[in-house]
Amino acid sequence: MPVITMRDALNQALREELQRDGNVFLMGEEVAAYQGAYKVTRGLLEEFGDKRVIDTPITELGFAGLGVGAAMAGLRPIVEFMTFNFSILATDQIINSAAKMLYMSGGQFKIPIVFRGPGGSAFQVSSQHSQALESWFAYFPGLKVVMPSTPADAKGLLKSAIRDDDPVIFIEQERMYGMKGQVSEDPELIIPIGKADVKREGSDATIVARSLMVPLALKAAEELEKDGISCEVIDPRTIRPLDIETIVASVKKTNRAVIAEESHPFCGVAAEISAEITEQAFDYLDAPVRRVSGADVPMPYAKNLENLAVPGVAQIIAAVREVAYV
Amino acid sequence: MANQVVMPKLSPTMEEGQLSRWLKKEGDTVSMGEPIAEIDTDKATMEMQALGNGVLRKILIKEGESAPLGQVIAIIGEADEDISSLLQSAPVAAPKASKDAEDNQPVATADEDNGSSAVEAPAKTAPALNVVEEASPEPQSPDRLVVSPIAARMAAEAGVNLSSLSGSGPGGRIIKRDVEAAMSGAGNSKGSQPSATQRPASGMKSGAPAKESAITGASPYRDVPMSEMRRTIARRLVTSIGPVPHFFLTTEVEMDRAADLRQALNEVYPQQKLSLNDIIVKAVAWALMQNPDVNASFQDKVVRYYERADIGVAVATDNGLITPVIRAAESKSISEINSEIRELAERARARKLAPDEYTGATFSVSNLGMYGIDEFTAVINPPEGAILAVGAMAPKPIVKNNAIQISQIMRVTMSCDHRVIDGAVGAQFLQSFKKAMENPLRLIVPESA
Amino acid sequence: MIPDDATRPWRDLVNYLLMSNGTTEASSRAGAKDQGAASVVNDQAAAASPSAATKDAKKLKADQKRRLEAIDHETLIGLFRQMLLVRRFEEKCAESYSLGKIGGFCHLYIGQEAVGIGALSVLRPDDYVLTSYREHGQAIAKGISPDAVMAELYGKATGCSGGKGGSMHMFDSSVNFLGGHGIVGGQIPLATGVAFASKYQGTDKVTLCFFGEAAVNQGAFHESLNMAQLWKLPCIYICENNQYGMGTSLERAMSLQDVAQKACAYDIASEFVDGMDVLAVREAAQRAVERARTKSLPTLLEFRTYRFMGHSMSDPGNYRTRMEIEKHQERDPLKLFRATLEEEEILTPAKIATMEEEVKAEVAKAVRFAEESPEPEPGELNTNVYANPL
Repeated sequence: MPVITMRDALNQALREELQRDGNVFLMGEEVAAYQGAYKVTRGLLEEFGDKRVIDTPITELGFAGLGVGAAMAGLRPIVEFMTFNFSILATDQIINSAAKMLYMSGGQFKIPIVFRGPGGSAFQVSSQHSQALESWFAYFPGLKVVMPSTPADAKGLLKSAIRDDDPVIFIEQERMYGMKGQVSEDPELIIPIGKADVKREGSDATIVARSLMVPLALKAAEELEKDGISCEVIDPRTIRPLDIETIVASVKKTNRAVIAEESHPFCGVAAEISAEITEQAFDYLDAPVRRVSGADVPMPYAKNLENLAVPGVAQIIAAVREVAYV
Repeated sequence: MANQVVMPKLSPTMEEGQLSRWLKKEGDTVSMGEPIAEIDTDKATMEMQALGNGVLRKILIKEGESAPLGQVIAIIGEADEDISSLLQSAPVAAPKASKDAEDNQPVATADEDNGSSAVEAPAKTAPALNVVEEASPEPQSPDRLVVSPIAARMAAEAGVNLSSLSGSGPGGRIIKRDVEAAMSGAGNSKGSQPSATQRPASGMKSGAPAKESAITGASPYRDVPMSEMRRTIARRLVTSIGPVPHFFLTTEVEMDRAADLRQALNEVYPQQKLSLNDIIVKAVAWALMQNPDVNASFQDKVVRYYERADIGVAVATDNGLITPVIRAAESKSISEINSEIRELAERARARKLAPDEYTGATFSVSNLGMYGIDEFTAVINPPEGAILAVGAMAPKPIVKNNAIQISQIMRVTMSCDHRVIDGAVGAQFLQSFKKAMENPLRLIVPESA
Repeated sequence: MIPDDATRPWRDLVNYLLMSNGTTEASSRAGAKDQGAASVVNDQAAAASPSAATKDAKKLKADQKRRLEAIDHETLIGLFRQMLLVRRFEEKCAESYSLGKIGGFCHLYIGQEAVGIGALSVLRPDDYVLTSYREHGQAIAKGISPDAVMAELYGKATGCSGGKGGSMHMFDSSVNFLGGHGIVGGQIPLATGVAFASKYQGTDKVTLCFFGEAAVNQGAFHESLNMAQLWKLPCIYICENNQYGMGTSLERAMSLQDVAQKACAYDIASEFVDGMDVLAVREAAQRAVERARTKSLPTLLEFRTYRFMGHSMSDPGNYRTRMEIEKHQERDPLKLFRATLEEEEILTPAKIATMEEEVKAEVAKAVRFAEESPEPEPGELNTNVYANPL
């Protein structure tokens, strides 16, 4: 299998799905002529033309709503947010229109749309351009939220998202676009939404990690292995619907859970997973479920402060040691 | 080397102490064991003794001031020693010193992990001056078993008695590996325990070695695992009335013979001034030996049966109620009980009781007869299983052998913790008590074996 | 260029409305413009003066006559019947609401019927409609049965949204009625997207998007109009200017109160039309639909209208006087149209009385249907959250 970057894996998924289904189109700021602010959409304008790869004005609420309307009328839009920070402007259309249309129309109007783009912490762009918003979107029934952590997952999950009949929030990690991995060229290789992936098997503690935290959790597991602590690393990949069964099964085996995330801790996804574990696997716990979250502050600019705000391998190791009583 | 003197924990419920009097002043030489101050706790005034030799270099709180547990209140050191570093850290109330502070000052603070004053641990013999070498996790309280869910489930499935384990997790939490170790027989056990089915049929809940209480001089006990039924009864009753589900049993006792006995004994020992209460305490102890199921307490996961009858005797003081304990009252004579009560009550009124002298009773007696109260109900002093409320003795007409006669009658009401004592058990105890009081010779001439 | 419909009676109306609002300020109005070149009618001479009004009133009459003659009688009677039906339907809603049969918010269309019915009368069945939460009348006009609309209001399983939408969220995919939407202006980007899809799919379907004038202050309006003209989308934006955003008058909420004129910011064709005259509405809508269908271009239509009821059923209405409402009721669209039809002997009072009976029966049937319909099954709570549930 070829080794490619996450950026190229996403590009492949977009290209393949644009080729497969004429109802799929891509729109967003700088996705066409500029070739994508992060080059994820490179070459697509040339291949598919400006009918299907569309540069939008900087008008997030407008084009998000336009996408939802197009989906009501039978198209399958892919709406790129240059970064998810700007999706905040579009949340009325994402939440009040996309998430609820099927329900409030009594099942008459499905909204097959993908809102995608980079999210999470970036490098030294300060508070407004560096934040994790998945818990916002995951809060709403009607939305699906996907966060890949490897190039292969990114490709397989994006293809699933585009083929899905529901609105999908697809959050790519800005720092991970250059991450490399093996990716199949099979155009039918898709990864189902709602299935967690056991990235590493282990017996002493379960680390639940998503997106950027997955490689860090794997690194932590490697270090801990040297001290005889065997960690299982689970990547839910889809935040909603969450594959809690896989997580609970793992915790029942290891009796200990650490949840790593770069988002703020308060009302976050880790808090939700922690609550689910406590509800479903209480009698199997040997220690309180431990969260390792980003700092509860807006993202600072200074490099040293930024490093403090995003969890690292050391924090994950410390948390595992704590729950494993070593 | 200079040491900080901290406010010691002098009672189980103490959160802060008031320095009532310094017995030494700055510059005085102190030697080990010598009282250096008097501390008012929530229950008593206690002497604080020096645990080392040296000079009282610095007094940090004035008489009448209070300090939370662990706060530095004085420095003892050599006469010419530099104590500035100790003074710098002194004003900080340090129930939980940081790791750094601990490293810098290996002999600094007190009772590291006992920071939470709410911990319901029985007091050790009160060391007045704590020189702490090293922090060690607070051993788990016998009242509350801290155990991880998986460990609890594994232990239940494997029949491992959790109270026999000591936890290796934080704060003494029993965790999975502790249970695994116990299951593999690797030890970590505090001592084997009798199972519920091994409960002895005879009066005393014996059959397995008894444990020593953490309270000096208190009755040894055996913890017998609670049966499911008992647990259910306990749970249901708690949900029906407050935390301790009380029920009350009242009976009348004919006191003519007891009164006669008291009079006769006082004629023999005029200095003693025996009271009826002394006889009542003795009778209660005797009845407890006859009815060991009453000499018990509810302990969350076990019912604790006591081997001896340690009787708490309620004493009213200016500062409120306190119940000094007559240890092993079943083995003491009425006159011994008399002297002991007298002595304890005096010291109680002077707030001079040590915590071990007013905690750890197995049963209490509250007598308001001297106030002319005919009958009343008393509230159980947890974790004891019952308390006897004694009313005034008074002549009353009673029917005996189909004839009305005048007898000295005393009404007693027993409050029982229904989680451990059922109605019939309580009634049987009262029968025994009544029998003893109505024929008090049993109390002075023991049945021959 | 001056549009071909320069004879439309907008000046009359402006004068009339300005007088009723107690202001004499004249205002410029955007004229309809064709693709590309913006043209704005800027006629200061049309300032409100009684003589001008009289003159224009004559012109108005002449215009109406011309319009009447262009439409067959059956269509005219159909328009009137639909307006009557919607009026009676909404009156019944008010009654049912006050009896507690209808819950939540309930925004009535009484007074604005000419806009929805006039505009929708020129659509093909496969054209799309999206609107706000004041949509019962438009839902019926687009082809949803009064039964299904009433059942939806009653929260019944037979409602057009299965009882999950209620008053503000009527949907029917079979007649391309794409919803009442509850967030002010939220439907404007959606409609733009629907029009985008029609163009993308190579159809000549057009999309009508209704909204109140208060939605014009939302960013969604401006973002949508910009994209619609940028990408030449067949979307007709219909501002139903009833002069109040809930309790806040237009004057208190909008710096430039001339909604139609805002189209020039996006180089979009626009018209300002008397929204109380169903035929004027129809004619303007016809031009806009034509422009969308044949040239794939958007239009902004401002229909000046007035709601006779409160913003919703829970509106105490103390922000406007009884006198003001009565003044507008003189130009009740139903009354005006009836007078014209009787005058032209297209309908007789007797025929109208029969029609009233029929309409009454139809509304009564809708209520009966709603009352007799079952509530949604409890299991419906969890359906339709996802099209592809896990």
